Amino acid sequence: MSAIWTMIAKRLGLGLLTLFVISVLIFGATELLPGDLAKNILGQSATPETVAAFRRELGLDLPAHTRYLNWLLGAVQGDFGTSLANKRPIADLIATRLGNTLFLALYAAAISIPLSLMLGVLAALYRNTIFDRTANALALSSISFPEFFVAYILIFILAQSGLFPSMSRVDPDTGFAETLYRTFLPALTLTLVVTAHMMRMTRAAIINLLASPYIEMARLKGMTPMRVILHHALPNALAPIITVVALNLAYLITGVVVVEVVFVYPGLGQLMVDSVAKRDFPVVQAVALIFAAAYVLLNLTADVLSTLSNPRLIHRK
Amino acid sequence: MKDTTEKPVLLTMRDIHIDGRSEETWSPIIKGVDLTLRKGEVLGLIGESGAGKSTLGLAAMGFTRDGCRISGGMIDFDGIDLRKASETERRALRGKRIAYVAQSAAASFNPAHKLIDQYSEAPVQHGIMSRAEAERDAVELYRRMRLPHPEEIGFRYPHQVSGGQLQRAMTAMAMSCRPDLIVFDEPTTALDVTTQIEVLAAIRDIVAQFDTAAIYITHDLAVVAQMADRIKVLLRGDEVEEADTRTMLSAPKEDYTKSLWAVRSYARPVQPPVTEGIPVVSVETVTAGYGAADILKNISFDIHKRRTVAVVGESGSGKSTAARVITGLLPPRQGRVLFDGAPLPADYRQRSRDQLRQAQMIYQMADTALNPKLRLRELIGRPAQMYLGLQGKALTERIRDLLRLIELEPDTYIDRLPSELSGGQKQRIGIARALAAEPKFIICDEVTSALDQLVAEGILKLLDRLQSEFDLAYMFITHDLATVRSIADEVVVMQNGRVVEQGPKPEMFQPPHDPYTELLLSSVPEMDPDWLTRLLKEREKKAGKG
Amino acid sequence: MNVLITLFWIAVAIAGAMAAGWLFRAAAVALTRGGTARALRTAPVTAGFGMLVILLYVLVALFAPLIAPYAEREVVGAQFLPWDSTHVFGTDNLGRDTLSRLIYGARNTVGIAFATTALAFAMGAILGLLAATVGGWLDQILSRIVDILMAIPALIFSLLLLTIFGTSVPTLILVIATIDSTRVFRLARSVALNIVVMDYIEAAKLRGEGLWRLITREILPNALAPLVAEFGLRFCFVFLAISALSFLGVGVQPPTADWGSMVRENAALITFGDVTPLLPAGAIALLTVAVNFVVDWMLHRASGLKE
Repeated sequence: MSAIWTMIAKRLGLGLLTLFVISVLIFGATELLPGDLAKNILGQSATPETVAAFRRELGLDLPAHTRYLNWLLGAVQGDFGTSLANKRPIADLIATRLGNTLFLALYAAAISIPLSLMLGVLAALYRNTIFDRTANALALSSISFPEFFVAYILIFILAQSGLFPSMSRVDPDTGFAETLYRTFLPALTLTLVVTAHMMRMTRAAIINLLASPYIEMARLKGMTPMRVILHHALPNALAPIITVVALNLAYLITGVVVVEVVFVYPGLGQLMVDSVAKRDFPVVQAVALIFAAAYVLLNLTADVLSTLSNPRLIHRK
Repeated sequence: MKDTTEKPVLLTMRDIHIDGRSEETWSPIIKGVDLTLRKGEVLGLIGESGAGKSTLGLAAMGFTRDGCRISGGMIDFDGIDLRKASETERRALRGKRIAYVAQSAAASFNPAHKLIDQYSEAPVQHGIMSRAEAERDAVELYRRMRLPHPEEIGFRYPHQVSGGQLQRAMTAMAMSCRPDLIVFDEPTTALDVTTQIEVLAAIRDIVAQFDTAAIYITHDLAVVAQMADRIKVLLRGDEVEEADTRTMLSAPKEDYTKSLWAVRSYARPVQPPVTEGIPVVSVETVTAGYGAADILKNISFDIHKRRTVAVVGESGSGKSTAARVITGLLPPRQGRVLFDGAPLPADYRQRSRDQLRQAQMIYQMADTALNPKLRLRELIGRPAQMYLGLQGKALTERIRDLLRLIELEPDTYIDRLPSELSGGQKQRIGIARALAAEPKFIICDEVTSALDQLVAEGILKLLDRLQSEFDLAYMFITHDLATVRSIADEVVVMQNGRVVEQGPKPEMFQPPHDPYTELLLSSVPEMDPDWLTRLLKEREKKAGKG
Repeated sequence: MNVLITLFWIAVAIAGAMAAGWLFRAAAVALTRGGTARALRTAPVTAGFGMLVILLYVLVALFAPLIAPYAEREVVGAQFLPWDSTHVFGTDNLGRDTLSRLIYGARNTVGIAFATTALAFAMGAILGLLAATVGGWLDQILSRIVDILMAIPALIFSLLLLTIFGTSVPTLILVIATIDSTRVFRLARSVALNIVVMDYIEAAKLRGEGLWRLITREILPNALAPLVAEFGLRFCFVFLAISALSFLGVGVQPPTADWGSMVRENAALITFGDVTPLLPAGAIALLTVAVNFVVDWMLHRASGLKE
């Protein structure tokens, strides 16, 4: 067992290292900005005095590595500095929005993960039947659609008739049921996009194994097709399925940007797009760091879980 | 051998036709074969690859692989028409009354479940035993299959158990519901000869103990001679002949069967050992390995001009690693390799083009040794172009000569892709590619082990002829002692990275032997149907004495 | 009712598409010979439809000025005119002809996505093949760099980089191509790794072949089939990514006609029950569906031939 823990510790260390390098990249990217950041923000007409004052305010007169350390130490403690656009602390801007984004992602995940695993298993079980072909063609189309297309079609069909609101305005006072109702369309959009992907991968992971001799063995032992799939194929397909689920969860958290914009949902993605438009660098950096951290964390979890799902690694010789 | 002619018939297959799909069309795999099996009888099905042995064996369970279909005939298992029965009815028979033992136990056990869970699955799912009964029964059968630690071994995962033990555990699993019939599909082909003996003995005993009928599929005549009461010979989906084992061995009727029997007797005249002169290749006290482990431990041997040195050993003995050291793919930790008396750079990247040219290699799997996207013209022509600087017409002439040397018609073959050749032809191309470099020395790495016997014999004869024609020195890596017997001048026996014995072939096949060589030699099945019984008795006697 | 009518039209559209795909495949089989015809005959109807759509898009992109009734940036009337005979799909938020902009969009959007994919492929495939063939420290360094770059979510990374480097078309192409080349690298490397372990590569190395010949003659021909399929998939991904960025306002900038931006500019209409903003979005969807159908068939063929 100790070999497993060493492996997990190694992965964790590697994850932390990756995150560190990413933070350097995100911070360093603004250093690549052509010209002077202060001048860039204030515009060409600014007087040298205002520029100098602004530089001091941003700490631009300090050397880059000092600024990086300050930024990173602050970020670790939840202090991301202040927004250039409205001078408010970034932490305040992010706090409720992060919650909203996570809520939407979890909402979509709660529907899509069970749904896609079930559809994937069924498609593998009834492979090459009409059900499988239809599910596949639909999934393929759904993957191919841009998210805003799916979103606007849903608005056109469901919001037009007044069934659901086309704008998902929520605030901390909105009740839980009301929030679920208002965010149904964005959650459905996300669900449609990720379910297709996860279903296809689940199906492929299982079908990949169906040619293995041990599956043939199970069939020759007289096992039912359902048992062959669930008891013999699925446990061996766990690693790729876990990976694809994690990938899609990560996608749900980071890929909500477009959906949040379409439905005017107050999440992190919308904040990021707004800040990009305003060239509000500290906010963009902070949000990018949070997204990257979530992404790394999920991939790390998937990595560890799929290692744990492999009996060859857990039960050594 | 038991007389089963009085027993009731268990399985009848009449005029079986099975088709396989390739692209859009169906082509026949089995073309009207009959088969009758009585209770408790063991029928050996033999034939070369593509004969349809496995397909026929699976059809006895009413099963076809994806892309195959039974297109005609009747299968009657103990009064049940398997072709008319529903899938549910067939499923109820499989595992319960008809069981299957696959070729590779390592691949046929589910890696995610313990052995005992897989043992219990069929009896529990078919409603014969409770889980606890099945587990108790498993221990009992593991004991009967002479598995070590029968109480514990079931609680291991497949990857924690060795190949020979897994194969016995699979036979035990097939027995779990005490079926009337077991289909054994090449159960020992993937095993080393010394392991094979134990598995064969265990299978034979358990089948006899429970009076189970069996279809035993194999390509190895000597193996089938030990196991079967009757033998049926198949060739390309057709039956050649069928007779009881002794009759079939002593008096085969058909020419094809006779030719199969005759392959084993091919041997070339032994050449006298070379005692003088500089050897072409000389391996001097080489120790090598990957990571921390040494795979080769202080080995030395010489290979002389016009001589074939067979390096023999089971899997893991280090025989292929020795080849990698000579070719420079694995630089040794200690020792060196001499070519014509001069040391070769340890790493192939440091060797000169001429040094690379002098030592060529022929691989086991011609499929992976030939780039599937290149035509024969380029495959064979490239070494000639690179090393000898041949261009244009001269190059084409040389390629045509080489094709003639390996007995392929140049006009027909020069522009083909490897996928348009048979297995034996591909291996010939491998030989032509080696010859194109005009080398002094060729390493043949298990070159015949993936081929059918008749085809393999052709390759051996060709290599033999080329050796005398071009004064070549061969290093012949093999696990098959029959191959050693037919082509070697000298033999090097390896075990666990060490050379346990070496010398001229006539001496090696005469006692006294090193104990491992003895074990290896005695484990090779012989065509005599009493061989296994005799061998087991002898070993028992020896063990008793010791 | 609204839903039912929509479903009816969707069914009609699918039936029409399948019929078109069937006809196209039949025509293609009749026009080709040998192996190509045999391959086409076994193609599913979806693949036939996919090829037909791709062909149409290419034609529209190439001959945009001949087909479009108005110029790309010409203001031809009032804003948001409804559909009629002069302006088939009405006009947009600035009074430009929607149909003409859709047609020019084929050229701009597809062209930019194609150029980006090609660039990503050139970078990713060359480095991936090289890493797998040479191995050792080169492979280690390249793989670690790619690991890091792939640990940042693609959309977020591109938003960050576009904020910094601005949103001109060359920057857009460079940024997306760089990010996407990491995915190509991974695939090319893993495909090549499977080939590098083959005996024929060992034989070529022992023969003394140089790196260039190893890659071009021994590895590339065997890696081509999965790489071509991957090109299709990457194209879809890049195409969707660029459209998403344009939709968010940081991709292709006005006044260039681009499908993503067109959705953004006219999105307000959708709440009034006007489907015009769905047209450019649908144009994007149709092409990615088509490419995916063809790629799916190619992957299926490649895996089927292996057995």
